[in-house]
Formats: sequence, structure tokens, C-alpha cells
Amino acid sequence: MSVQHVVFIILSAIALIGALGVVLNRRLFRSALFLVVSFVGVAGFYILLEAELLAMIQLLVYVGAIAILIIFAIMLSRQAMAADDKVLNEQWVLGGLAAVVLCAFLIYILTRVNWPVVEAAVPANSIQRLGESLVNPNGFVLPFEVASVLLLVALVGAVIIAREK
Amino acid sequence: MQVPLSWYLVVAAALFCIGLYGVLSRRNAIGILMGVELMLNAVNVNLIAFWRYVEVVQASVAGQVFAIIVITVAAAEAAVGLALIIAIYRSRRTVDVTEADQLKL
Repeated sequence: MSVQHVVFIILSAIALIGALGVVLNRRLFRSALFLVVSFVGVAGFYILLEAELLAMIQLLVYVGAIAILIIFAIMLSRQAMAADDKVLNEQWVLGGLAAVVLCAFLIYILTRVNWPVVEAAVPANSIQRLGESLVNPNGFVLPFEVASVLLLVALVGAVIIAREK
Repeated sequence: MQVPLSWYLVVAAALFCIGLYGVLSRRNAIGILMGVELMLNAVNVNLIAFWRYVEVVQASVAGQVFAIIVITVAAAEAAVGLALIIAIYRSRRTVDVTEADQLKL
């Protein structure tokens, strides 16, 4: 067991306990806080996988923007569900069963496949290459531009939908 | 000594299934949205893990670009989804998806 293994186990505990807290907590506000914990655990995975830029984006976008947006929405709709209301619908047993079966199935497959793993170090300029490939016509400039248009449309749409009449 | 690839995949699968349970079992629309975010996160862990263990030797960054696009779509989805939830809450005073079953008021 190297240091990486120990760090991985700690990070997966953070991510999975956070995720379980999200789905099992009765209070929605606490769920949102557990969601932040889970996002931070996933950002730790990115650092462990040497994708530092992704880790920063994860912290900025998920923890900084999406989690705050969710907390805003929870506070704006606070009176809608009282604390003693049922939080689960009628199909929660089936849903849990489906999730457990899918998880067992996936783990069974994932641990049996022989992945074509190669031992290689991440090049030092991988962030530079990522930036260049995002604006390279032979790289990913089209998805990049489509993503920016998508964000603009989503923002305008969100403002129009949520605006008071 | 690196962590085996399958460890990442197993944790991501567990994260995905926890999110799936949240999506399938929650009554509150915001709770469902949080489950969707967990599932998208699990997919991103998979993408980056495959990038690190399989693709990096070709000096390509497609895996990271995929993950960035997924994060963008997740942000757009969260913004529009929460706006819809707020709009439903305004007109019906509820965020319970089992009660919001009509397109018109």
C-alpha cells in the first residue's frame, strides 16, 4: 500500500459518504451540504489522476456555482415541503433495488475486464495542450464553441423561465 | 505504485448508482437534480481515469475535453432545471414531482 492507495481510499470515503448523505438525508438543505462534500472528494480524485485543471474547474463550477445555485433554490422553495412530509415516493424500494442490482452488475463487469492500461507519466505541458486543443480547428474548437452557445442559451432561458410574470 | 484503474471505475460505479437511487426515490425535484449531478460526477471520474490510464500515452487530451464539456452541460442543466423548479413553485406552491403532473395549470 503506497501513499496513493491510502489517499485514494480516503477520497473515495469522502465522495461516497457525501453521496450517501445526499440521497439518505431527510432534510434537503443538509443534502445540499453533503453534495459539496462529495464534489470536493471528486476534485481530490482529479488531483490524484494528475488532471489539476479539471480539479480547479470542479471546485469552481460544482462547489462554487452549482451547489450554491441548488442552495438558493432550496431556500426559495423552503415552505413547499414541511419537515414531516414524506421525502421518498412510492417506488423507492424498486429504485433502491435497481440501483443495487446495477451497482453489483457494474462492479462484477469492471473488475473482470482486463483494461489496456499503460504506465506513462503525464506530460508536463498537458494543461497547455488542453488549452491549445480547445481552440485548434483540428482539435475541439467546434464542441468548445457549441458549449459556449449552449451556456448562453441556458442562461437566457433560465432567466426567462424563472422571471416573475 | 499507482492505484489500479478498476478502483476508480468501481468507486465511480458506486457514485453513479447512489445518484440513480436519489433520482428514482426522491419526491422533491431539487433532490432529483442533486442525484443527477452525482451521476454526472461519476461519469466524469470515469472519463478522467480512462484519460490518465489509457489515453495519456498518446499525448492526447480528449478525455479532459470530454469532461469539460460534461461539466458545461451539467451547469446548463442545473440552471435551467432549477429555473423550472422555481417556476413550478411560483404557480403551484409545490416542488413535489408527484404532484406536478400536468403541463398546464
